[in-house]
Amino acid sequence: MILPIIRTAIVSLRRDRAALALSFLLPIAFFTIFATIFGGMRDSTPKVSVIVVDEDQSTGSKQLVRGLLRESSLVVMTRPSSKEKTAMPDYTAATAEAAVKAGDAPVALIIPKGFGQNPISFGPAQNGSAIQLLNDSSDAIAPQIVMGMLQKVAMTSMPVTMAEQGMKYTGQYIGGLTPDQKKRMETNLNSLRAIQSKGQLDTAASSNDGAAGGIITVHARTVVGENKKSPMVSFYAAAIGVMFLLFTASGSAGVLLDEADSGTLDRVLSSHVTMTSLLAGKLTYNTLLAFTQLTVMFLWAWAVFHVELFSHIPGFIVMGLSTAVAVAAFGMLLASLCHTRAQLGAISTLLILIMSSVGGSMFPRYFMPPAMQKAGLFTINAWAIDGFTKVFWRDLPVSALWPQVMVLLATGIVLFLVARRIARRWEFA
Amino acid sequence: MGSAPAVPALAATLPLAIDALAKRFGTLTAVAGVSLEVRAGECLGLLGPNGAGKSTVIRAIVGRVIPDGGRISVFGAAADTAQARAALGWVPQELAVYPRLTCKENLVAFGSYHGLSGSKLAESVAWCLEWAALQDRAGDLAGKLSGGMKRRLNMAAGIIHRPRVVLMDEPTVGVDPQSRNRIFEMIEALRAAGTAIVYTTHYMEEAERLCDRVAIIDHGRIIALGTNRELVHDAFASRSQVLARFAGAVPQITAWVESHGGRMVDSTAEFSIERSIQIAALLDSAATDGLELEDVSLRRPNLESVFLHLTGRGLRE
Repeated sequence: MILPIIRTAIVSLRRDRAALALSFLLPIAFFTIFATIFGGMRDSTPKVSVIVVDEDQSTGSKQLVRGLLRESSLVVMTRPSSKEKTAMPDYTAATAEAAVKAGDAPVALIIPKGFGQNPISFGPAQNGSAIQLLNDSSDAIAPQIVMGMLQKVAMTSMPVTMAEQGMKYTGQYIGGLTPDQKKRMETNLNSLRAIQSKGQLDTAASSNDGAAGGIITVHARTVVGENKKSPMVSFYAAAIGVMFLLFTASGSAGVLLDEADSGTLDRVLSSHVTMTSLLAGKLTYNTLLAFTQLTVMFLWAWAVFHVELFSHIPGFIVMGLSTAVAVAAFGMLLASLCHTRAQLGAISTLLILIMSSVGGSMFPRYFMPPAMQKAGLFTINAWAIDGFTKVFWRDLPVSALWPQVMVLLATGIVLFLVARRIARRWEFA
Repeated sequence: MGSAPAVPALAATLPLAIDALAKRFGTLTAVAGVSLEVRAGECLGLLGPNGAGKSTVIRAIVGRVIPDGGRISVFGAAADTAQARAALGWVPQELAVYPRLTCKENLVAFGSYHGLSGSKLAESVAWCLEWAALQDRAGDLAGKLSGGMKRRLNMAAGIIHRPRVVLMDEPTVGVDPQSRNRIFEMIEALRAAGTAIVYTTHYMEEAERLCDRVAIIDHGRIIALGTNRELVHDAFASRSQVLARFAGAVPQITAWVESHGGRMVDSTAEFSIERSIQIAALLDSAATDGLELEDVSLRRPNLESVFLHLTGRGLRE
C-alpha cells in the first residue's frame, strides 16, 4: 500500500512546478546568498569556552590559571564536565586536543613544564616555555579572544612574577640596582607577595585596556579544519538545507489537507488503505523528498563551493536520512494539527523561522548567548547542524554521530506518533 | 421498509442490508433507525432534502462514519471488513481524484489502493476507461478535463475494483445533458451486469428514470419506500393535481382556495381532485365568487409531487 502512495505523490510533485521550484531552486538560491555573504564573516565578541591544561603546576602557572578562571568573558574548563558525582580527571595535552577536535571547546591552552621558570618574556621566547594554543578553525574569533585575555591575565594576575622578571631584566641589561634600591624593591615585593597570597588582587575587575599582547609567548596550532578550503560553507549547506527542508516538509504534508478538502482522503480511506499506512506512505515519501533535497543542496555546495561531499558519503547519508525523517514527521504533525492550508502556511512559517534562528540555521549557535544555545537544543536544526558539522568539519566517523542520530530519529518517531493520533479526526466521524 | 432485523441467511445473499442504522452527531440525530435492502441488479434511489441523512447513510456504508446503532452487511459481511470493502464501490459527490494525475494514472492509483496489481489492474483500468468513454483522454490530466469528463472519471475511480455494490452520491451534479445521458448509460450498464446500486440525487426525473425503487429519507428516517408507481399511489391514490393562478388580492384568493380544500403554494393554488370533471366545478365556483382566472393546468402526480408532499416545501438550509 505504501508504494502506490509514494508513486502518486511523486507524479503529483512532478506536475507542480511551483512546489518543485520551492523544493530545489529556492533553497539553493538562499544558500548561495548566505554562503557568499557570510562565508568569511568573523565579527562577534562571544563568551569563549577554553580548556586549560597546567602541565607545569608552578606558582606562576597556577596564578595564571586562577587568573583565567576569574575572567568573566571566558568559560575555563580544566576537566571534562560530568553529570555523575565522580570527578573526571583533569585534561591532559592529548585529551584537550581530542576535545577541541570533538567540538567540546574551540580553544585549548597547554601550559608546558618549565613555564614558571620563564613565564614572561620581554624579548624572544625561551625555548620550551611557550604556551600552546590549540584551536578549531571553524571559530576564528575564539583564539583571538583567548590570546588577548591570556596576555591581560598575565599582566594582572602575576604582579610578583612581573616584578621579579623586571628585576632580572634590569640586572641583565643595566648592571643591577644599588643595595639601597634592592632593599627597597624587596620590601615592596614582600608586601605585594603578602597581598597576592591573601588573594586580594582582583584581576577580573581590571581594565581590558591593558591587555596588549606579547609578554607571554604563545604558539598557536590549528587542530581542526586546518586543510578546509571554505570553513563556513559546509555549515551553511546544512543550516540552510535543514531550514528549507522544514518548509518543504510542511508544504508537502499539507497535501493531506488538500485531499481532505477534495474528498480524496475519504475515498482513499474507504479502500484497503488505512490511515496508518497512508501516513506511513506519506512519511516515507516526504523523507525521501527531504533527503533528495539535501543531496541536491550538497551536490551544489560540492560543485560550486568545493565542500568535500564524496569523502564523507557515509556520514552524509546517515545524517541526511536522520534529518529527513525528523523534518518529514515535523511536517506531518503540522499538517495534522492544522485545518486549512492557510493555517498551515502561517503556523509553519512562524515555527520554522523561529526554530531556524534559534537552532543555528541563520547564524552559528556559538555566536549566541549560552541560554539561547541551550534553547537551540529543542530544535531539529541544531541537532542536524551539529551532526553535519561533525561529518564535514571535524571529519568524525559515523559512530560519533549517535547522539544526533538518536535525537533526530526519536524526534521523528514521536512527532509521527502524535501526528497519527491527531489524524484520527479524519479517520471516522 | 421494515424495522425487523435482517434474516442472516438472506442477508448473506443480499448485496446490501441495513438494519436499524442510527447515528448521532452530538445532540443532532442524523440517522434514526434506517433499514434498507438492495438486491443484485437493483438501483435503489435514496432521496431526501439537504441534511435529511442521505450522506450519513452512504458514509456509514463505506465505513467513513461509525454508527451508534444498527447493522450494515454487504453480502453478509459487516461494512467495516475487508470483504465488504472489496465488494463496495463509492462515487462521492466531490470530484475526489488527483488533479495532477492523468485519467489513467488516477485509475491506476485507486486500483492499487484497492489491492489490484499487474494484469488485473491493467484490465480494470482499460475497462473503466471504456466504460466512462475516456479512452481518448487516458493521458490527459484530470484537472484539465471538462466537468462531464471529470464526473465520469470520478465514477470510474469508484468502480475500478469491479465492486458488486456501488454507492453513487449525486454523480450528475453540474454536467450537461449529453454527459448526463452518458452517465445514465454507464449506470444502466452496471445494473445490467448485476451490480446493486444506491443512487442519491436531487433530480427527481433521474430517479424516475434510473431507479427500480425509491426510498425517501427525512429527519434521519425512511418516510417512504417503494417503486415510483407505489409511492405515487400511496401518496395520492388516483387523485390528480389542479394548479390554478388567479388575478386579484392575495388574502381573498387564499381564503377562497382554502374554503375549497386547496392550498396556496407561492402564488399558485393547488387542488387535489379524484376525477377530471371536478375542474369545471372549481372554475365555475371561482367565477361565481368573482375571481379572475389567469392560468389552469391538470397534472398527474409524479415523484416530485410525492417528495414535496412528504417533505414539505419549506426551505431546509
